[in-house]
Amino acid sequence: MTARTSFWTTLSDPLIRQNPVTLQILGICSALAVTTTLATAVTMSASLTVVLTLAAGIISVIRRHIPDTIRLIVQIVIVASLVIIIDQILQAYFAAISRALSVYVGLITTNCLVLGRTETFARHHAPGPSMIDAFGNGLGYSLVLIVIGAIRELFGRGQLFGYNILPLADQGGWFTPLSLLLLAPSAFFLLGGLVWALRSIWVEQAEPPEHTPPLKPRSAK
Amino acid sequence: MSDVISFFLTAAFVDNMPLTLFLGLCTFLALSRRTESALGLGIAMIGVLAVTVPLNHLIYRGLLAPGAWGWAGQPDLDLSYLALIAFIGVIAATVQLVEMLFDRFFPKIHATFGVFLPLLTVQCAILAGSLFMVERNYTLVESTLFGLGSGTGFAVAVVMLSAIRARLAYADLPAGLRGLGIAFILTGLMSLGFAAFAQMAAAP
Repeated sequence: MTARTSFWTTLSDPLIRQNPVTLQILGICSALAVTTTLATAVTMSASLTVVLTLAAGIISVIRRHIPDTIRLIVQIVIVASLVIIIDQILQAYFAAISRALSVYVGLITTNCLVLGRTETFARHHAPGPSMIDAFGNGLGYSLVLIVIGAIRELFGRGQLFGYNILPLADQGGWFTPLSLLLLAPSAFFLLGGLVWALRSIWVEQAEPPEHTPPLKPRSAK
Repeated sequence: MSDVISFFLTAAFVDNMPLTLFLGLCTFLALSRRTESALGLGIAMIGVLAVTVPLNHLIYRGLLAPGAWGWAGQPDLDLSYLALIAFIGVIAATVQLVEMLFDRFFPKIHATFGVFLPLLTVQCAILAGSLFMVERNYTLVESTLFGLGSGTGFAVAVVMLSAIRARLAYADLPAGLRGLGIAFILTGLMSLGFAAFAQMAAAP
């Protein structure tokens, strides 16, 4: 019974409660860059989840044999090899999407999320739980990417996956595309809003104020 | 000469790493709480980028690019798929070096960095610098300028953000927006400002 609950919490915790992007500030770079359309967001999510799960499995299997001093290099090399494989597959079968993703597939190597999970979890746990944890984190990451990607593509172009959903004004419909949503700043605003929404629901995630004013507090009457 | 300056400014401001290309955001947000650590990060970024991009350029052109082994009778050998691993190796070594130098000469900054300096190895911006260098076919001079410029752009942006975040002490934010949430929105506003540079570059 306990094994079962821990299986589910390991898998489902990173989805929203411990979401790697919104709570742990991991893997944000790619989360924002590839979300202009839903298709690239989904491809990126799938690639990252596969790399993360496999890397966690491999590192967890050899965790007792990696010397502590060079573990970062070993982990990065494993991750980089997996990323090269994914990159080659994408270039071979999904050439257009691969071009749209540009260098960001290669950047999965340095996605803090991958190294963060292998460093904090896979290094201390058996392959099974490590892969479940990695898969859960991959899904949590994917969830954020897909939500932001869907919002940006739907309201930025009136499309989803390249199909017209909202009739565009210049084609006789009523919807005027908000082109700001396709630009860089909107991704920051959306993610900021998402973080705000999540933290208003789960109040315990809110951070304490970072700075206190250096002046004398006025309330001390 | 004006080409050199405009290339540098393009790398620093028009293609600003964190604000327009979303690169290196993890450290960008995590280390911008204090101005001192932001400054340290900025300097380290300039140093690491200015060294690794030209170094990786030499390695890529000399060993990995298609036809690089032509002199050895292997004109068809294409090792460019190994670029990722080679670049990461160079970056990891450079970061290690920078960390040792900081530890020796600036122990205070080293203490503020804590866990984040080794994380520069997995800094997307640094690897991306090298990958862009390959994708855009820069020459050696261009890649040096690109490394310096993008490092400077990153440093400017992170110091600016840390200064704004320090002013947040006077703002009464909703609890859920504190920390990460408002940092994102601030970054978005800065990114809007930097979008103006892109407009200036597009205008003749």
